[in-house]
Formats: sequence, C-alpha cells, structure tokens
Amino acid sequence: MPLKRVVITGMGAISPFGRGVDTLMNALLSGESGVRFLHELADIRGIRTRVAALVPGVDPGEIPRKYRRSMSAMSVFASLAAGEAIAQAGLSGEQVRGGRLGVSIGSTIGSPRTTQAFFDDFRIDNSVERMKSGVFFQIMNHSCAANVAHMFGITGRTVATAAACSTGSLAVGYGTEMISMGKQDFMLCGGADEFHPLTAATFDIMNAASIRFNESPGKTPRPFDRDRDGVVCAEGSGILLLESLDSALRRNTGILAEIVGFASTSDPESIANPNAANIAHCMRQALLDAGIGPEGIDYVNAHATGTELGDIAESEAIRSIFGDRVPTSSLKGNLGHAMAASGAIELAASVEMMRREILLPTHNLDHVDPLCASVTHVREVTPRRVDTVMKNNFALGGVNSSLIIRRFRQ
Amino acid sequence: MTNQEIIERIDRSIAEEFEIDPGEMKPEKTLFLELGLDSLDIVDLVILLETAFRFKIREEEGIRKIRTLGDIHAFVIQKKNELESIPR
Repeated sequence: MPLKRVVITGMGAISPFGRGVDTLMNALLSGESGVRFLHELADIRGIRTRVAALVPGVDPGEIPRKYRRSMSAMSVFASLAAGEAIAQAGLSGEQVRGGRLGVSIGSTIGSPRTTQAFFDDFRIDNSVERMKSGVFFQIMNHSCAANVAHMFGITGRTVATAAACSTGSLAVGYGTEMISMGKQDFMLCGGADEFHPLTAATFDIMNAASIRFNESPGKTPRPFDRDRDGVVCAEGSGILLLESLDSALRRNTGILAEIVGFASTSDPESIANPNAANIAHCMRQALLDAGIGPEGIDYVNAHATGTELGDIAESEAIRSIFGDRVPTSSLKGNLGHAMAASGAIELAASVEMMRREILLPTHNLDHVDPLCASVTHVREVTPRRVDTVMKNNFALGGVNSSLIIRRFRQ
Repeated sequence: MTNQEIIERIDRSIAEEFEIDPGEMKPEKTLFLELGLDSLDIVDLVILLETAFRFKIREEEGIRKIRTLGDIHAFVIQKKNELESIPR
C-alpha cells in the first residue's frame, strides 16, 4: 500500500504572547519575552524559581458552558488553538464532523489545577459530596483531545499522546502516520498544558529550573548561553491541522508545509538526563524516515530548554550529524517551556519561518557556552530561505522525537 | 426564609450556575428541553441545592420526578418544611 503524503493546512497557537500564530510570530520577531515574575511561586516553601510564562488574554467564557464545564485551562487553550487551525484550513462542517477528521492532542498530565482543587476540598472532611460532574473530564489524561473532539463534533479517531516535553511532537508524528496510512484524511494534532507550581517544582528539585533571574525574568531561560541556569515553565497550546496531500489538492486549499519525516526513540540510559548519542540516533531515524541525508536539512529548531546538560547533549548530537553547517536556534528563550504544547507551538513557528523566509534567533543567547559552540547558532533575525527543517523535542522519561518538515512542492 | 425567598434563591443560584438568562426562570419551564440542562447538570444541581439549603437530597426518591423549575421549587420547599418540623 503506497503511503500518502501529509501536509499542514492549518495552524493555531495560544502562547505566552496571547492568541494566534500571527501574535506569536510578531512577538518572536520583536525579540519579546513571555516570562514574568510570578508571586504565586514566592508563597511556596522550598521552591526557588519565581518565573513562568503564562497565557494572557484568554477568556474561557467565550466557550459555551456546555463545553466549558468539562474543560480546565489546558483544554480551553487547545480548543481555541484548534479553532484557529480549522479556520485557516477552511474545513467545512461536514469535513469536521464527517468521520475523516481525527484528533491527536496530548498534555503532560490531566489538569493539575483541577486535581488540586478536588483534593483541597476532599481533604476538608474526606468527602466527595461536593464533587462536581466536570472534575473527571478535566483530570483524565485525554482531557484536551476529548474536549476538542466534543466541542467541534469530531467523530474520527481520538488519541492523546503523553510524553511530557515530546507530547506535541509525538501527536503530530502519530497523526501524520495515521493520514499516511489512509486511516484518516485530516488530523488535528498538537499539545496543551496549563501552568501549575508542581511543574516548576519538578524541575526545581532536580536543579533544572532557572532560579538566578527571578528579578529579571526576561533574561531567562537562556538556551545554549554560558549563563543559562535551567527551565522556565510556560503554558499554552499549539495545534496543527494535518491533511493528506490528495485531500488538500482536491480542496484547492493553501498548503503551509509538508511533513516528510518523523522518528521517536526511547532513551533507556536515564529517565531524566538526555544522552547525546541517543538524541542523535533519533535525529538520524527521522532523516531515514524522510529519505534524505544530513545535507538535506537547512535549519534545526532545537528543543534546547536552557538546562545545563540538555543543551550540551543536543549541541553534541546536532554537531555529530550536521557538523557546524546547519543554523540552529531554540525559541524557548522567548517562550519558556510550555511542556506538552512546546513541540507544536515551535513547529508552527518553524513553518512560519519557512514561509516568511527568515530564521528566528535564540533569545538571551548572549555568550555561547563553549560546550554548545560546535553548532552554528542563529543570533539575530536572519533573512534566509530554508526549504527543510528539523524540529527536535526530548522529554523527561527518555522519549525523544524529531520531525522534518519541507516547503511544499509537487 | 419564606417560600418566596426560597424560590428566588433557587432561581438566582440556578441561573448563575448554569448561565441561564434570569428572564427564562419561569416555573413551567422544563429543565432539559427548555432550560437546556442535561444529566451531568443535574448532578451539579443537586450539589448546588445541597450547598444553598444545607440539606442532603442526593438519595431522595423525589428528585427523579423533577421535570420543571416549579418541581424544584416545590421539592425544596417541602424538604425545608419537613426538616423544620422535626423537633430538635
């Protein structure tokens, strides 16, 4: 059975800069930071990081109550981003509801805010008498995927990937494979997460959260920089509408990019620490999947979160495959790390870089760490036509992922 | 609390919780067809009433017979009267 080619025909983003892919791109092009001081963190004993990148300007009230009652913030983000992607792709109601559109959207965990609210109440008197009907639908692992399917009346497949920082990329990769195999014609793919101190604490206790820039939030995180000191947690959602090329051509819709390669590998060396050789293995598998060599890649959008070890490992992996030929940058210096959402938000921005023929730099990369210096870093907004982009994401738990997208040509 | 106060409290609480136009809160309106509630909302409605009036009604047989907003008024008023007639 010949595999179908898969293209991106719609994108949506809810980011620390607000709503929409255009808003995201404008902020990235202006070199803005979404990171802010968060008073909520200052009140927590034992946590040292005080910064996060939260989503502004989203009113859940615009979602009808019937759908909103089962949504926490992450599902609200995912639904709004999905709406943007569907609108850009121009899908009709029949195409959305007809069974050929599926959903592949994940989050790191179900809603931590709702989980906390439930247990706060439960622990008062060991009672579930005040437990409302929406609680489970907000804390279940497939909350975002199910809520998006429910809100738009989608009747195809629903799958919810869950692999922390790789969640969004895996969702896109597995969605691509479903279309490629002819199981669906369209897939809404991506990830979403909402901020909770638990996420920041997870990195903080492992000494992997940024703690030295609490008074100057815009200066962190600092991917690849010699003064980087860890992750800054963020929230949001990125959703891409994938479609078989046949369908997109038949509909005569705008094609934003083609997805030509995907790989995901497990790294059993450590459940927490990245390993350069295993990262490189994942990237090579993606090249193999795309049927291209390293010379075919024009730009790498790195995972690079600003941790001491992760950025070095990824730099080594990139160098081992591409040498110093391929320009590389990470968008987390602007965005922070939106966990499950990061892969899809950054993929959307990568698509836009390709379309606008510019490369975005790594924000806060003032002095390249010598241990990260073996790759070519994008240091400023650079006009450049790139046709093929590799997008990396590597997750706690040892789940690696690499996607390759290409400017569409017949 | 007078019966009228009970009715007003019920209508106000339900309109707020389920985001219904207060003008729609008429006793003859059916909960499912006309006020747009469903079975999940009824779970939350019971919690709403239990919290507002400080009684337990989840296991009451009478709840299953409720069809209209007026049925809720009558049910709550009757329940309040029952509880107040019990010697303390």
